[in-house]
Amino acid sequence: MSDENGIKLAVRERDPGVAIIDVEGDVTPAAETPLTETFEELQGATSVIFNFEGLDYMNSGGIGLLVTLLVRAQRRQQQLAAYGLSDHYRQIFELTQLDDAIQVAEDEAEAIAATKEA
Amino acid sequence: MTDDDRTPRDAPYWADHTTELRVTDVADGGDPTPVEGRRIAGPLKGFGKMWQKTYRVRLEGADVTPEEVIDTWKERYEDFWPETATFFAPLAGVQPGEVALISDRQPGGLTLSTGVFVLYADERSFSFMTPEGHPFAGMITFSSHEDDDGITVAQIKALIRAQNPLVELTMAIYTHRKEDQVWFHVLNALAENFGVEGEPHKDVVCVDDKRQWEYFGNIRYDGVLHALLRPFRRP
Repeated sequence: MSDENGIKLAVRERDPGVAIIDVEGDVTPAAETPLTETFEELQGATSVIFNFEGLDYMNSGGIGLLVTLLVRAQRRQQQLAAYGLSDHYRQIFELTQLDDAIQVAEDEAEAIAATKEA
Repeated sequence: MTDDDRTPRDAPYWADHTTELRVTDVADGGDPTPVEGRRIAGPLKGFGKMWQKTYRVRLEGADVTPEEVIDTWKERYEDFWPETATFFAPLAGVQPGEVALISDRQPGGLTLSTGVFVLYADERSFSFMTPEGHPFAGMITFSSHEDDDGITVAQIKALIRAQNPLVELTMAIYTHRKEDQVWFHVLNALAENFGVEGEPHKDVVCVDDKRQWEYFGNIRYDGVLHALLRPFRRP
């Protein structure tokens, strides 16, 4: 777990090849190093799922950071999903079209199922 | 209380969800036609390679805080642009949800008319997203912070793809250079405004070297193409 720069990240392996990143705190440009390093450690995963239940704050720089991570995951042909987004952050995902690149699920089970179906 | 019952700290800074852009009150002279009713085209919706271009200038010697830089930048955004382009600011200012118009002279005497959507604005940053018809599908974030030496830095981070194949063709020979010129001019003008001579720097990362052929059809909204065809349209 990293607690640098307003963000805490923890990685769990729920099923073989399915990595879940628990995000707690702020997603801003200050989170670039811990988020990128965590993401790079998951190169072998077939699916990466973001748990945003602990997301407390996000600015547009944070959205830009997520976009670059998602594009990198697509290049690796990893399946992506997210859950735990409040209505507010769901709307931001829609507004910025992030929801086109990442499947947004209600909960962890749905997110895992979504990445397996894709 | 559930998460959805709380007002998130960042809520005031984000634009409300929208599907089609509506141009309301902007400074006189802008042409709303190429923007009205268009959809936002973020960096995931473009045709060309995805680039992350970061431009920054250290305001060394200027007695100014990051908040003061952003306040000035938002308030007088158009003053820092080069003379070849005009930014018609929303009358409400650079506020979340507002639309600004842009008129940009192109080679051959053409004028590109387009705009930007204000996605986000807080005390230390603001972001624009581009609409269909803009040369880029992208998001541009203007921010200010203090570096490790305590010097205030002004920064522009563009996360962009060429919106259509025509623009992609021009990227290497013209469009990258043109974009660099615009943002270097903006940062130099901003530094000058605060009484210092800046030395802007640029970092470029190719985030995705693949072209997204499913967005080939974006060409139908191309602003330059529309400017070329305008004389042949029925009134």
